[in-house]
Amino acid sequence: MLKQRPFLVEILTALGLLLAPFILPHLGFTPTTMSRILVWGLFGLGFDILFGYTGLLSFGQSAFFGTGGMVAAYLLTVSNFPYGTVSLLLGMIAAAATGYLVGLIALRRTGIYFAMITVAIAEVFFFVEFNPLSEYTGGENGLPGVPPPSIFLGVTTIKFDSDWMMYAYLAFWYFIGIVLALRIIRSPVGAVLRAIRENPLRAQAVGHNIHGYKLTAFVIAAAYAGFAGGLLGMMQGFMPPDAFMFDTSGQLVMQTAIGGAGTLFGPLLGATVWLHLSDFFQTVLKLGATWKLVLGIVFVLLVCFLRRGLIGGIVDLYELATGRRPKDEDPGAEEERPPAETEIVRKPALVQMLPHHPAPSGYEGPILKATGLSKRYGGLVANSDIDLTVERGELRGIIGPNGAGKSTFFKMLTCEIAPTSGTIVFDGRDITGMSVTDVCQLGLTKSYQVNQLFNRLTVRENLTIAALADVRGKFRLDLLRNAARIPHLDEQVNHTLELINLTKRAEAPVSKLAYGEKRRLEVGLALATSPSLLLLDEPLAGMSSRERVETVRLLKSISQGRTMIIIDHDIDSLFELVERITVLQEGRVLVEGTPAEIKSNALVQEAYLGGVHEEIHA
Amino acid sequence: MLNWANFISQCFNGLVLGALLALISSGLTIIYGTLGVLNLAHGAMFMLGGYAGWVAWTYSGSFIVAVAAGALFVAAVGILMERTIIRFFYQRPGEDQLLVTFGIGIVFVEAVRFAFGSLSKMVPPPPMFTGITNLGFMVYPTYRLALLGIVTVALVTLYLVLYRTRIGMIVRAGIEDSEMVDSLGIDVGKVFMLVFGIGAMAAGFAGIVNAPVVSIAPDVGESILVQTFVVVVIGGVGSFPGAILGGLIAGEIISITSMFNPGYSYVMLFAAMTLVLVLRPYGLLGTAGRE
Repeated sequence: MLKQRPFLVEILTALGLLLAPFILPHLGFTPTTMSRILVWGLFGLGFDILFGYTGLLSFGQSAFFGTGGMVAAYLLTVSNFPYGTVSLLLGMIAAAATGYLVGLIALRRTGIYFAMITVAIAEVFFFVEFNPLSEYTGGENGLPGVPPPSIFLGVTTIKFDSDWMMYAYLAFWYFIGIVLALRIIRSPVGAVLRAIRENPLRAQAVGHNIHGYKLTAFVIAAAYAGFAGGLLGMMQGFMPPDAFMFDTSGQLVMQTAIGGAGTLFGPLLGATVWLHLSDFFQTVLKLGATWKLVLGIVFVLLVCFLRRGLIGGIVDLYELATGRRPKDEDPGAEEERPPAETEIVRKPALVQMLPHHPAPSGYEGPILKATGLSKRYGGLVANSDIDLTVERGELRGIIGPNGAGKSTFFKMLTCEIAPTSGTIVFDGRDITGMSVTDVCQLGLTKSYQVNQLFNRLTVRENLTIAALADVRGKFRLDLLRNAARIPHLDEQVNHTLELINLTKRAEAPVSKLAYGEKRRLEVGLALATSPSLLLLDEPLAGMSSRERVETVRLLKSISQGRTMIIIDHDIDSLFELVERITVLQEGRVLVEGTPAEIKSNALVQEAYLGGVHEEIHA
Repeated sequence: MLNWANFISQCFNGLVLGALLALISSGLTIIYGTLGVLNLAHGAMFMLGGYAGWVAWTYSGSFIVAVAAGALFVAAVGILMERTIIRFFYQRPGEDQLLVTFGIGIVFVEAVRFAFGSLSKMVPPPPMFTGITNLGFMVYPTYRLALLGIVTVALVTLYLVLYRTRIGMIVRAGIEDSEMVDSLGIDVGKVFMLVFGIGAMAAGFAGIVNAPVVSIAPDVGESILVQTFVVVVIGGVGSFPGAILGGLIAGEIISITSMFNPGYSYVMLFAAMTLVLVLRPYGLLGTAGRE
């Protein structure tokens, strides 16, 4: 949505900020209101990165808004520090540092815990500001006498002391803020943040250190809040203590939701509506304190009926009016295509995508060696004493009846769960007890039994997120780098698209994909991290027979140059695909051998296949 | 410098506050545990209980009528809120639930401010419990002692409802695995409505019985909500025993710190919460796996 021409959004924003003083006053906006909107809008930019893009709803932003504002105001008033902009930056740094510390605690948990902890933290800041630190912050009086900003130009000094000068000053900073925010969301970090919002579990599994990225988003939000807080003090000539109040956090959340989260401009639009309505209700309708009641009701209705805020509503209306609904609305469309025309003739092996995770030098043993792996859940034994050795380049199948512990075994191999006992050696390295992220970075990953995709993103974005983990490592702060310009990234994504045969669907959002396409994307996500050992948990589950044929071919082509272990119930396909098969039963290895050996093994026929000998021989 | 009589009486204050927080938090936690909704309007429910009781008291002059009115009114508000709004949010993302309950809380607070103004209101304690009582080792306001008893009775009642009745069994099963309960053919919709009503009632009841101790104002629920969150984080989300333990811990921390410097009571409370988060991320009595 935001990626058309380079700098288009930036130019439009600049134009909007320049034209606003000529238009908005006719709609009843005073310059002071416009300035306040900009402060809230800037405050909201950081919050939107945290909430709209990363999916972390914080009710504690007032803590950073207040901290930044108080530090800047203290410098400019009590300590008579002469440089306004430097004070703002110092306030911002203080807020960001506070955000880092608070984030360390609040991000220990997610979801509602995170929301509750941020509320509690903000309340602590409020009390600290009012009581223990009142000597510095002026307690309930705040800090009056914050000088307006000024710029010394060598010969003359520009003072931003009139309302319109103030607007210009704030508009300048808002512009800087939006330019930086746009760069952040277009950077690889921005892509990872969206991945965290959509599916934190998978973002972690493809090799991103999501805790680090969440903390990054939290600090960014705190920095924006701190800077905006400083501007608030300058704008009003007074740093109010209510910047620290829970209401401030609440108002920010409400404005963002009203405008539309995840758009960057939502908070600005929300602030415009909010402040304009509050002016309107109070001065024109003379509602007094009731305005908040009316706004509260408006807000509840909006959350109920306009889930994506005003911007989301406008986009929907636009699409409805122009009939520009994205095509291929029908997810079943893919299925109805005649199989003859589909890419069966295509040669997927055209693309070679080799793993680039070299084994430690000199190591020549098996790629995977699990010894004595057991997993107990209380009294329930899911896996007991499993030994498995897989040679480099091997294609291994694992079969077993439901409840045999196959998926548990895979989860232990990828370090999603820790084994109760036993060791896992991958490429000569003991990976037992490592994190799923680190293991993926070493070149071992899995495609899931139940699709774990980034649902609101496109196929290309999905694969890009996985490929980024491979290209950039598990954590890197390239906040201002354009994700589109990372060497080899596009190449890797395109190769994966080609391999999983979704090139034509690259720009489709996941929600528009047919089931078989989603299954292929699921494999693609694992593949895009270019693993040297790829585990596939029931890649054929739920597919039509045509899709199975296609997927088996896909699996064959991706197995070139890499080691794979496949769990599936489709024994015929598996026998055709793999070289060796391990049979699990009741958490133990029953037998291991070539497909021919397994087919004729009496134990397997009896224990696993029950009485269906005929079917096997057929 | 430490005055023992003062210390003991603060410990008692902590006990009373703790019991109260335990009751409010149990309401929050059973709603979350069963319905999966964190009700940010829970503080407003506490406040509504106080106001409904105050209105009933001004008309009837009877404290018992006031308590009944406060509890029942809030239970009705909770049921109404669940039926008209919350039930449409079960399938929506968690953030939407937070946003809508937050908004509802604001509407309640502002509606009360609109109707009764911002000035605080006082409900006197019933004549039976006025004055002070000499406990031998200290003298203590009679109503606070009574409050401890009243809240304990309420908690025991809630315990009996949760652990000795059919609905309680369903609620506890729902906290463990709501999908399973759903598939057992139990009318979950009705259970959800009742749970929301009971949870809200716990807050409303606390709101009115606390009114003789702390006068009521439209924003009285805000700090209660924050304290409740800390209680739930300390005790573990979805755990009734956790809410009680967390409530008592939080109550004592607030009261004992206030003896030295009230300004630091939140800091200490927060420090305790941080400690729990570091040592036992799922709360003292919570279990892994609920977010």
